[in-house]
Amino acid sequence: MAASPLRFIQVGKHFSRGAARVRALDALDLNLTAGSITGLLGPDGAGKTTLMRLAAGLLLPDVGTIQVLGADTRARAAKIQAEIGYMPQQFGLYEDLTVQENLDLHADLQGLSAEAARTRQRELLRMTALGPFGTRRAGTLSGGMKQKLGLACALLRVPPLLLLDEPTVGVDPIARRELWGIIQGLKDQGVTVLMSTAYFDEAERCDEIILLHQGKLLKKDTLAAFRLPLQGRCFRVTEDTGNKRRLRESLQRRPGVQDARIVAAGVRVLCQGPSVEAAPGERWQAETPTFEDAFVDLLGTAEMPDEAAPAAPAAATADQDAEIIIEVRDLRKRFGNFEAVKGNTFMVRKGQIFGLLGANGAGKTTTFRMLCGLLPASSGTLRVAGVDMRRATAQARARIGYVSQKFSLYGNLSCDQNLAFFSAAYGLRGTWRRQRLQWAVQKFQLSDYREVNADQLPLGIKQRLALACALLHAPPILFLDEPTSGVDPLARREFWQRVNALAESGVTVMITTHFLEEAEYCDHLVLLSQGEVLAQGSPQQVRALAQDKTHPEPSMEEAFIHLIQTHENQGRRAS
Amino acid sequence: MPGRIWALVIKEFLALLRDKKSRFVLIVPPVLQLLVFGYAATFDLRHIPYGVYNQDPGFASQELLGRFRGSATFRQVATIENAGQIAPLIDNEKALLVLRIGPSFTRDLLLHRPAPVQVIIDGRNSNSATLALNDVNSVFLSFDTHWAAEHRWGKTPAQLVIRPWFNPNLLSRWFIVPGIVALLSLVVTLLVTGLSVAREREQGTFDQLLVTPMRPVEILLGKALPGLIIGGLEGIFIVLAAIFWFRVPFIGSVPALAAGMTLFLLAAIGIGLMISSLAVTQQQGLLGIFLFLVPAIILSGFATPIANMPPLVQDLTYLNPMRYFLVIVRGVFLEGDGFRALGPQYWPLALIALSSMSAAARLFRHRMR
Repeated sequence: MAASPLRFIQVGKHFSRGAARVRALDALDLNLTAGSITGLLGPDGAGKTTLMRLAAGLLLPDVGTIQVLGADTRARAAKIQAEIGYMPQQFGLYEDLTVQENLDLHADLQGLSAEAARTRQRELLRMTALGPFGTRRAGTLSGGMKQKLGLACALLRVPPLLLLDEPTVGVDPIARRELWGIIQGLKDQGVTVLMSTAYFDEAERCDEIILLHQGKLLKKDTLAAFRLPLQGRCFRVTEDTGNKRRLRESLQRRPGVQDARIVAAGVRVLCQGPSVEAAPGERWQAETPTFEDAFVDLLGTAEMPDEAAPAAPAAATADQDAEIIIEVRDLRKRFGNFEAVKGNTFMVRKGQIFGLLGANGAGKTTTFRMLCGLLPASSGTLRVAGVDMRRATAQARARIGYVSQKFSLYGNLSCDQNLAFFSAAYGLRGTWRRQRLQWAVQKFQLSDYREVNADQLPLGIKQRLALACALLHAPPILFLDEPTSGVDPLARREFWQRVNALAESGVTVMITTHFLEEAEYCDHLVLLSQGEVLAQGSPQQVRALAQDKTHPEPSMEEAFIHLIQTHENQGRRAS
Repeated sequence: MPGRIWALVIKEFLALLRDKKSRFVLIVPPVLQLLVFGYAATFDLRHIPYGVYNQDPGFASQELLGRFRGSATFRQVATIENAGQIAPLIDNEKALLVLRIGPSFTRDLLLHRPAPVQVIIDGRNSNSATLALNDVNSVFLSFDTHWAAEHRWGKTPAQLVIRPWFNPNLLSRWFIVPGIVALLSLVVTLLVTGLSVAREREQGTFDQLLVTPMRPVEILLGKALPGLIIGGLEGIFIVLAAIFWFRVPFIGSVPALAAGMTLFLLAAIGIGLMISSLAVTQQQGLLGIFLFLVPAIILSGFATPIANMPPLVQDLTYLNPMRYFLVIVRGVFLEGDGFRALGPQYWPLALIALSSMSAAARLFRHRMR
C-alpha cells in the first residue's frame, strides 16, 4: 500500500479569541488512505475548517506534526501548497473576470505552460459542462456553477491530494450530482480526496468517514463499520391517519426511542435497544441503518425541552379546506428582458408548512421576496393574510415574520439588544412587549447568550435568535429563506422540531430549502424550474409524478432531478 | 411611530459605539485632524531661508542686511561669493530666495541715485513666493523710510498705514480653525449616514428591516438622527476647542451658529443618505463619499477664495453646502454676525437640505423596487 498522503500526528491547535483560548483541535491522529475519498463530518465548530487549513499548510499546528505527501507542513509549506489542490469554502474567483479568464489566471498562478493549460482547461470545461459559459463573468454565474468553476481552478494540475472544504454548500441537487461526478472521476485517476460536507448522503458515498466533535476525532471508519452497531435498531413506522408530524411527536416522546424523523414513507425511528412498544394502529418495519442514524447515535440529539402538548391541535391541523392565507395568481416578475417568474399560481392554507423548491436560479428567491413585499411584482395577484402585498403596506408586513438566508442580525449588538430592537420595530410595547421578550428567551433557550454579541454566536444559536426575532410579534405567517443552509445536521433537526411545533400551533410556514429530505416535512410543495411551476402537491403527490419502471419508489431528490431534467429538455426542444 | 424611530436611533448608536473600530473612527481621526490642521496648516511664513550675495563693501548694505537678520521672518542660510553659487542654492531648496546687492549700492544711495537690489526667488510654490516677496518688500519699505529720514531725502510722499479688520495680526489660524468646524463635521456626518444603509445591505439586515412595519420615511429618519447628533456633537467639540484651545475670538451669536450648523448637517445628511441608498456595499459607499468630499472641500473656500475661481466653477459652488456654512462659521467667529447678517446663507442651505433629503427618500423607495 502506498504511503499515506496526509498524516496528522498528535496535532493540537488553539485560537485566542479576545482573552479566551478556544481549542479547535486536540491531540488528533489521522491517516488518509491513498487513492480514496474521505468525508469529514461534524457539527459546527467541530474543527473541520481548521483541519483543512492545517492540512493545506495555511495554519501551523501548536503541537504535533502534519505530514503532507511525506513533507512536514512546518518546514515545507510552500512546496506542499504547490503540489496539493485546495478549495476553501469561499473559493477566490474574480467576479469581474470571465470563466475563461479565471481559468487562465489560475493556470498562470500555478505555473502551467500555455500548452498544458489549454489541454487541461478544455478537459475541465467539458467535465464541468461550463464550456458554453466561457465568456460569462464569474459574478453572474449561479452558486452551483461558481462552485464548479472553483473546483475546475483547483484542479488545473491533477494534484495527488485534493482538499475540499464544504464544496456543496448552497448548491442545488443537480449541480451537486455533477460535482460528485467530477470527484469520482478524480478518484479513478488516483487522486486522494478529503472533503468536508454537511450532507449525509454525500458521506455515504465516501470510502471512509471521519467524524469530528469539539476538536476530537470521534470515529474514523468505513460506512459499514459506522452502521454495524445500529443493526436492528432502525425502523420505519407508519400509521393510518397519515399525520406524520403528530406521529413523530408521539414517537419522540416514547421511552426507548432515541430519535424520530420524518421521511418519505413515514417516520423513521432509531431505538436505543432492539425493542420498543408499538402503539395500536402503528406498523413497524425494520430498516437498514444509514449514516445519519450513526451520526445521531454518536452525537445525540439536541432535544427541545419537553413542553406541554400544543394547544388545541385539532383546530390547527393543516386541513385541505382550511382558509387560504396566501394567494398567488398569475404572478410575474421581469428584470429588463429576463422573465424570472412566469405567471405562477398557487395557494397556501392556514397552518400548512409550504415548501418552495427549485434549482439555483429557478426563481425561488424572487418569488419569495415578492411574497414578503421586498420586491414588487410586475403583474398578477399577491394576497398575504388578506392584504394585497403589491401595495406592501406596513399593515401587511406586521403580519409576517421573515428569516433570511444569512440569519441577518446586528452583529455587534447583543442577543438582548437584537430582541429589544426588533420588538420595538414591530411596534410592541408595555406588558405585551415584556411578555414576548421573556417568551423568546425562554422558548429559544437564549438565557445563556443574552449578553453575547450576535456575530459571536455559534450558527445554530444564531439561527434560533433569528427565528426568535421574527416571531416576537406572533405573526400568523412565517417566511423562512433557506434557513438550514450551512447549518450542521443536529441544529437542522432541532430547527425542524421548532418549525413543526409552530405549524401545530397554527402558524403558516413558508420555506425554501436545498435539502430535499427536508421537503418531506412540508405539507405542500411547489417545485419551480426556470421561473415556472413544474409540480405542486403533497410530497407523496410530487414523488408520484416521477414514478416509472426504473424508479418504483423515487426519493424526493430523484423526483426533483427527474422532473427538472425532463422540463429542461422539453424547453430545449421547444426552442 | 416615534417609538419605532427611537428604537432605530438607539440601535444605530449601539451598533456604532459597541464596535471598537467605528468608535475609533468617530473619535480619534477628528481630534488628530483638528490638531494637525490647527497647528500645521498655516499660510504664515516663518524662518524664510535666504542667501546673501553682497558685492557692496559699504555700510548701507550692512544696514539693510541687518534688518533681515533681525527679523524673525527670515533666516540666513548662506553667504556666497559669486553668481555661480546662486542657482544650486535655489535648485536644492536650500534657500527660498537670494538677495543680490550690487557693488555700487552704498555709493548710489549716498549720491541720491536709485540703488536696485536683486531678489531671486524660488517660484515653484507660487503661494509661498508671493508671501515671501511681500515680507521682503516690507523690510525694504522700512529701510527706505528710515534711510530717507536719516539722509535728508525728504519724506516719502505717500504713506501706507494698514489696519486689518477682524484679524488685526492677520493670523491665518483664525481663518483656518473655524473652517475645520465645517470640514470635520461634514466628514463625520457623511461617514455616519453614508455607510449606515450600505452596511445593513452588506450584512443582509436591511431586508430584515424592510419586512418590519417600519415605513421608508421612518427608516430614513432613524438613519438621519444619529448623523445629526454625532455630527452636532463633533461640531460643538471643535467650536469649543477653537475658542478655548486655539484662542480664536468668538464674538457672534451662538444661536445663529447653532441654526447654521443644524441646516448644514441636514444638508450633509441628505447627501450621505443619497450616497447610502445608491451604494450596495460599504466600499461603494466610501467611494461615493470621497467622490463628493474632495470637490466639496476644494470648492468651498476653505483654503482658496471662491472669488479667485473661474466664473463657471464659481456658479458650481452655489450647490455646495460647505460654502455657505464656512461663511456662517467665520462670520460668527470673527465678524460677530447674527441671524440677520446670515440670512443669505441660511436659505440656500435649507433649500439644499430639503432637496437632498427628499431626493434621498425617493432614491430609497426606488431602490426597494
